[in-house]
Amino acid sequence: MNIEELIDTLARDVAARPRASAWRTLPWAVAGGALIALLLAVVALHVHPALGQEALQPMFWVREGYCALLGVLGCVLLGSLGRPGARPGAALAGIPAAVLLMWALALTSLVKSPAAARGALILGSTAAACPLLITLLASPIFVALTWALRGRAPTQLRLTGTALGFAAGALGALVYTVHCPELAAPFLAVWYLLGMLIPAAVGGWAGPRLLRW
Amino acid sequence: MNEERLRGLLMEGLSGQAGPYRTFLSELTPHLRAYLRRRLSSLPEEVEDLLQELLLAIHSKRHTYDSRQPLTAWVRAIARYKLIDFMRRRSRTDVWNDPLDELDPALACASSAASEAQYDMARLLRELPDRQRLPIQYVKLEGATVVDAANRAGMSESAVKVGIHRGLKALAQRIRRSE
Repeated sequence: MNIEELIDTLARDVAARPRASAWRTLPWAVAGGALIALLLAVVALHVHPALGQEALQPMFWVREGYCALLGVLGCVLLGSLGRPGARPGAALAGIPAAVLLMWALALTSLVKSPAAARGALILGSTAAACPLLITLLASPIFVALTWALRGRAPTQLRLTGTALGFAAGALGALVYTVHCPELAAPFLAVWYLLGMLIPAAVGGWAGPRLLRW
Repeated sequence: MNEERLRGLLMEGLSGQAGPYRTFLSELTPHLRAYLRRRLSSLPEEVEDLLQELLLAIHSKRHTYDSRQPLTAWVRAIARYKLIDFMRRRSRTDVWNDPLDELDPALACASSAASEAQYDMARLLRELPDRQRLPIQYVKLEGATVVDAANRAGMSESAVKVGIHRGLKALAQRIRRSE
């Protein structure tokens, strides 16, 4: 086929099919992935029995807000990474800023508490399970986001994969809060972040293979 | 590149009008060809193939263009991505490609009648032992990497490379004999 024939074929194709509404796939992927993760959390783990009382404490909402903010920033970043030639913009700076803010909060809480209690603030009672369970809950979201991104045109596959994993991790962490009994800022600053970084690392590693087009 | 004009044509194309879209692609093509020629000066024979691949990519990803964004940046990012992808593919497989295609007159002739050659090749390939046939089939015909082929065939990477080399030699010999 020569170039002229190819162009003719493509021009006919554009008339036959109106513009694909691919921009709506990202919100759908987030909703679908998060729903499966939530089902997984309710069935395979269980809902924290004191969730109702926890919701009365400000730290509960700090935790929800932190995970939701990172998830939204990750998805906004993904939106621009899926578009060739677009600048990542403020979302890329927002993620480290939010993490630093949580570290500042953690540090303040450590400084204010007696030395003997600091270890417990960091480790809580579920530190070993937390990052792995967040990774587990992030996996359906990871798959859904990969599907959405494959319909776009990411040109920096490693960076896109990392952002994808991080967004899945943050949303997975948000879902995980229905099960997690921990509210201390030092715990969130370490273990929640680790739970987001594991899928991010997986995404960075697998990005060039999963997202190639 | 006339950004405003091309963007206008693309936007009309995106709303389903074949005429302006056709003009958009035709007017974009010389720019893309020049871009590829500059960067593939050592491989001029690859330019037209890659140009078609690039046009297809632009077409199949046209929904990712946001009208608030400069068209030049969008096109250039796609072109750059496809160019890098091409280079990467080439560096992986072409160490084993050049010698036979270019030096062996028997294979060079065969390329003129592509489908016939494919039939002959399949027949000849079946006569090779597995340790030569599988590497050629995976790497040369299916485009897998040497590492993948080694995994799939249950062979070491060096055995795959040796298998390809010897197998191609044997094939060339058989082709010469059959002529």
